[in-house]
Amino acid sequence: MTTTAPHPQPTKSLRDTRPARGPRGPLRVLPLTPAIVLLLLFLAGPIAYCVYIAFTDLQLTGQAQETFVGLDNFTRAFGDEAFLNAVWLTLVFTVLSSLIGQNTLGLALAALMQRASKPVRTLTGGIVVTAWVLPEVVAGFLLYAFFRREGTLNAILDWLHLPSQNWLFTLPILAVSFANVWRGTAFSMLVYSAALNEIPQEITEAAEVDGAGGWRRLWHITLPMIRRSIGTNLMLNTLQTLSVFGLIWVMTRGGPGGKSQTLPLFMYEQAFQNSLIGYGTAVALLLLLVGSLFSLVYLRLLRTEV
Amino acid sequence: MPHTLSSRRTTRRLAADAGLLVVAAAFVLPLAWVVLSSLDPHAGLRVKTPDGLTLTNFDAILTPEITFTPLLNSLLLCGGATLLTVVCAALAAYPLSRFRSRFNRPFLLTILFATSLPITAIMVPVYALFVQVDLIDTMQGTIFFFAASQLPFAIWLMKNFMDGVPKELEEAAWTDGASPLQSLLRIVLPLMGPGVAVVTVFSFVMMWGNFFVPFMLLLTPDQMPASVSINDFFGNRGMVAYGQLAAFSIIYSTPVILLYVLISRRLGGGFALGGAVKG
Repeated sequence: MTTTAPHPQPTKSLRDTRPARGPRGPLRVLPLTPAIVLLLLFLAGPIAYCVYIAFTDLQLTGQAQETFVGLDNFTRAFGDEAFLNAVWLTLVFTVLSSLIGQNTLGLALAALMQRASKPVRTLTGGIVVTAWVLPEVVAGFLLYAFFRREGTLNAILDWLHLPSQNWLFTLPILAVSFANVWRGTAFSMLVYSAALNEIPQEITEAAEVDGAGGWRRLWHITLPMIRRSIGTNLMLNTLQTLSVFGLIWVMTRGGPGGKSQTLPLFMYEQAFQNSLIGYGTAVALLLLLVGSLFSLVYLRLLRTEV
Repeated sequence: MPHTLSSRRTTRRLAADAGLLVVAAAFVLPLAWVVLSSLDPHAGLRVKTPDGLTLTNFDAILTPEITFTPLLNSLLLCGGATLLTVVCAALAAYPLSRFRSRFNRPFLLTILFATSLPITAIMVPVYALFVQVDLIDTMQGTIFFFAASQLPFAIWLMKNFMDGVPKELEEAAWTDGASPLQSLLRIVLPLMGPGVAVVTVFSFVMMWGNFFVPFMLLLTPDQMPASVSINDFFGNRGMVAYGQLAAFSIIYSTPVILLYVLISRRLGGGFALGGAVKG
């Protein structure tokens, strides 16, 4: 560094021809290797293994070697009432808690926050986000306590002279769906708050001056302007909800009698309570395929961003 | 005219406030239960004013067996995995952000695709695989899997933050003969401190709360993190000590809430998830 003098003018042409952009060739991708190795070994590897054992009869015990059984696991699944029940419940759970609950409530909260006073906004936001930040199992316990026969919900219903019931027994899928709304709405709220903040005020004000009412403004101006956020949010909520396990496990264990057994819990039961790893994995593969489809749609929604 | 407009605004604000407060009240009930019960000597399942405030619930659970070992396990597990995730993500994000290559786009799309895969689905095959390769019931196996499952999102987030650091400073360093690793460590990472903090905290919080991964991959009770050991409050003894369960829930949840507050303050509330999900 002491010998800068021999180059009186750091010529521009010299700098342009020299590789002033760092190293070339394989050295450039070297920093990627640890990540790629980790991803290949611990993510791509299990997924490939998943595809393989879904076509075998691998069991936990009593069997020396798994054998290839072709599509048996899949034909079995589609003839299995418990599996179809799990598919149905997964659908109910996803539509109720993610598409309707988290999404709509998140949008409503974000819209109300635009108008509310600052202390109320901060308070509500803080509470909703706390529910989201809590560990999954803790959230499960809190809502277990809330929905139990002797829990808070029934106490409120009693106080209002409304009929109470044993929610976790009579309507477990509804209870876990509400739990998922409680836990997951903050995410939609944050996404939609960010989206609404980006709508220029002049546009909504102009519409107001032109006499458009609240609902018309929502339908014709706000929703179209945030449609990309709606798309990505729906996609991520759905994917998140598809893989919920701990929350339902803590609240109901999938019961009673499979009445809240969504696909992840069904998969777990087959693989571990019934020791049918092959069958459980076939279910996992189906879940993964559904997830991948949603993932691809999500990529298309974000297409322009990469 | 200005009067009616402003009074309409006020009405609207009051209506919005009322709506939000109703939702807040509904959301706060389960949270109120956990706080009140932890201080209640006779805690039950419903929200009620404690029968006198007491710390006996906390006293009862602050033992190595119930609280300290599981929390230490959580810390080892999530700390180790977070460190691995952040180091790998920072290294990986660097070429993706700095150099043009025809591999960048397909790689980033794959990463984004993997970000949204339902990891829950592969836990059964991961279990089967870990049994085959003798990684089942090991801390390091669980750490590796945790890190891998968090890595796609971490790389994605890190790359977005890194894109925000201007390239000129680095080019100057290269001309002076700095290696890319040096410029990453000395120039880029320090300039994107808040970004690295977000990736770190986010990864840590995600793993701290994760139940299914350690539930599947760890078997020995001594190795269980808090997310799994909390289950012991049920089952073992016939009666559930709800006050103690609540106290444990609070101790277990506090670190992630504090971390979240820390990071969201620093970043103006958005938690910078925006980079990944903003449509």
